Amino acid sequence: MAKNKPEGYLTAKESRRISRENRRITNQYEKARKRKNVPESEYTTTMHNADNAVEFDNLHTYFFTDAGTVKSVDGVTFEVPIGKTVGVVGESGCGKSVTSLSLMQLIQRPHGQIVEGEIRLNLGDGRAYNIAKTPNDKMMNLRGNYVSMIFQEPMTSLNPVFRIGEQVDEVIALHDGEGKTKEDIKARTIELLKMVGIANSEGVYRMYPHELSGGMRQRIMIAIALACNPRIIIADEPTTALDVTIQAQILDLLRNLKNKINSSIMLITHDLGVIAEMADYVVVMYAGRVVEKGTVRDIFSNPSHPYTIGLMASKPVVGKQVDRLYSIPGKVPNPVNMPDYCYYKDRCEMCVERCAGKYPEEISLSPTHKVSCYRFYDGKGEK
Amino acid sequence: MSDERTMIENDFTPVTYDPQYILMVNALKKYFPVKGGLVSKTVGYVKAVDGVTFNLKRGTTMGLVGESGCGKTTTGRTILRLSGEKTGGEVIFNGKEVYDLSAKEMRSMRTKMQIIFQDPFSSLSPRLPVGEIIGEAAREHGLVSKGEFDDYIDKVMDNCGLQPFHKDRYPHEFSGGQRQRICIARALALNPEFIVCDEPVSALDVSIQAQIINLLKDLQEEYKLTYLFISHDLSVVEHISDTVGVMYLGNLVEYGETKDIFNNPLHPYTKALFSAIPIPDPDAKMNRIVLEGTIPSPTNPPTGCKFHTRCANCMEKCKQTAPVQKEIEPGHYVVCHLYGDV
Repeated sequence: MAKNKPEGYLTAKESRRISRENRRITNQYEKARKRKNVPESEYTTTMHNADNAVEFDNLHTYFFTDAGTVKSVDGVTFEVPIGKTVGVVGESGCGKSVTSLSLMQLIQRPHGQIVEGEIRLNLGDGRAYNIAKTPNDKMMNLRGNYVSMIFQEPMTSLNPVFRIGEQVDEVIALHDGEGKTKEDIKARTIELLKMVGIANSEGVYRMYPHELSGGMRQRIMIAIALACNPRIIIADEPTTALDVTIQAQILDLLRNLKNKINSSIMLITHDLGVIAEMADYVVVMYAGRVVEKGTVRDIFSNPSHPYTIGLMASKPVVGKQVDRLYSIPGKVPNPVNMPDYCYYKDRCEMCVERCAGKYPEEISLSPTHKVSCYRFYDGKGEK
Repeated sequence: MSDERTMIENDFTPVTYDPQYILMVNALKKYFPVKGGLVSKTVGYVKAVDGVTFNLKRGTTMGLVGESGCGKTTTGRTILRLSGEKTGGEVIFNGKEVYDLSAKEMRSMRTKMQIIFQDPFSSLSPRLPVGEIIGEAAREHGLVSKGEFDDYIDKVMDNCGLQPFHKDRYPHEFSGGQRQRICIARALALNPEFIVCDEPVSALDVSIQAQIINLLKDLQEEYKLTYLFISHDLSVVEHISDTVGVMYLGNLVEYGETKDIFNNPLHPYTKALFSAIPIPDPDAKMNRIVLEGTIPSPTNPPTGCKFHTRCANCMEKCKQTAPVQKEIEPGHYVVCHLYGDV
C-alpha cells in the first residue's frame, strides 16, 4: 500500500457496493414513475403565490453514479414571477443547468433523480402541477406549451439531416397540432421565422442547419422554443457561443418577444453583463445551492455573499482599469464528498468563527435580498 | 503548391526594419483556394486575411478583436508560418522575413515564436504524460542537456503554477484551467520571445479566466514576452493589451493604443462592436448600435469598403473605392472614408 492513491480512488469492492446500492435506490424511483394512470390529485398542488410562473421549493436532484452520489442540486429554492426574467449565475458544474433540466424533466434517468422537493408550475387557470411527480405522458403536454428551452449550442441542438421547416413543424404538430392541417402548421412556422427576424423565411424553411450561421441557428432555436407560446422559457446560455454583435441582436430579440407573448424567462448564464442587462431578479448558485438571490439592483449594488463579490471582481470590465484581476483561490469542492460546513468556506477570505458550523441558513438582508452567509448573522437580518 | 506560388501578389511597398519592433506585419494576405468541379479546379478564393499591417513593439501585448470568421486566427497562424505559404505581404520577425527562411533556419526560429491554442481540451495529446508534452520540444531543439532536463521541466511547470508530481499524469486528469496552464508551459519551455495567444481564456470559467490572465501577465513581466492576444472578449482584451487591432472580414479596420481605441473609437464597426458589450451594471445607459445582418462571405466580399453593407454612415464613395489606412492621431490608424482629410 506504499503507492498513494489519488483522491476519490475506490476499490473494486467498494465500487460494486455503490453500484448495487444505486440500482436499489433508482429502481424504487423508476417503479414509482412507471405506474399507469396516476391520479391527478397526486401531482396537482397550489402555488404559494399566484403571481409566480414557477416556484422551486427545496429542490434536490441527485445523480447516483458509480463513484458515489453527486448532489448536483441540493436544496434550491427560488421563484420565477410571471412576465419577469430571472437570471441564474454560477460557474460550470454549480447545478444551473440541472435545475432547469429538472423543470423540463429532462434529467438523464435512471441515475439522475429528483429525490426531494417540489417544482410548482402555474398552469394559469388556478391549477398548478408539481413537476417532480408529474408522469411522463402529462409532461408531453407541458413541454412546449408551458415550458420550453433554448439550448446552449445552436450548432449541435439542431438535427443536421432535417430541413429547418420540418424541425419547427414537428414541434407545433406535436404540442399544438390538434385540428391543424399541414398548411396551417407551415403558415405558423413561416410566421414564427418572421417573428424571430429571419427575412428570407420561405427560403430558410427549406434550408438545412449547416447553411445558416450561428446567429441564425440560434434564432431558429428561439422560434422552436416559442412555437406554442410557452409561459416560461428557459434560456440555457443562449449567447455563449455567439459573437458580441450577434449576442446583442439575440438578447434584443428575446426581450421583445418575451413582452409580446407575456412569458417569463429563466436565463442561465455566467456572463454578469448579460444578467445586468436582461434580468429583473438574480439567483447566484454555488456547488448546487443558492448562495444569494435578490433583485438585479440588490445583487449589483450590494453583492453580499463572498462568492458573488469574488465573481464580480474576477471579470474585467470595459472602462475600469485594474492592475491585477482578483482570482478566487482554491477550487470547487468535490461534488461526491461535500463538506458539512459552508461549501465556500475553504475558498473564502471573509470567514468568521461561525463558518466552521453547519451550512448557513438563508437570511434576509431586505425583503427581496437573501443570502446564505454567517457574516450577516449579527446585526443585520432577523436571526 | 504551384497553385499557391502563382497567386503571390507583390503590390506593397516593403518596410524598413526598425529594431524597436519585434514583429512587423506589412500588407499581409492569405487566401485559401476554393476547389470545385470534377477536376478540382480552383474556382475562387476565401480571402481570410486581406492586407493586414501593424507593428508590434518588444515586450508589449497587442489585442486582436473581431467577430468569428473575420480572420483573427488565420492572421496569427500566418505570422507563425503555420498555414502554408502566404499570399502576399511581409512578416518581419526580428529583422528577418519569416517566409524567406530555409527549413533549417525556420526550425531554430520556431523556438522564438510560439502559440497557445484556444481549446485546452483538444490541443493536448491524450497519450503523452504532461512532462513529455512540456519537455518534448525543448529536448528536440537541444535547449537543455539530458542531465538538467528534469530540473528544467520542474522549473517551467513551477512558473506556470503546476506541481512537479503532475509530470507523470495525463491531460485527462486535469481541469480546464490546469490544462491551459500546461499549454502555456509548453509554449514557455522553449524560451520564446513572442507568443500568439489564440483565445486562451474563451473556453474557461470566469474565475479560472482571471487566474490565467494574471499568469500571462506575470510571465510577460518576468520574461519580457511579447503577446499577440486574439480574442473576441473585448473586456479581456482591454485589460491585457497595450495596443488593439480591430478586424473585419480580413482587414484591420482600426489599430492603435488601447486607451485611444476604447475611449475614442473612430471606425463605425468599432463603435458598433463596443456598444454591444454588455455592462455589468443594471443602471448603465444603453446606446446600442445594433448591426443589421451578418458578416458577408469572405469568398465574395463586397466591393469598395467591405463594411459598407452594414455601415450606418455609408456614402456613395464607400461602395466604389476601398479606403486606405490613415493615421488620425499619433499611433491611431483607421481605414475609413469618414476620416479622409487629415
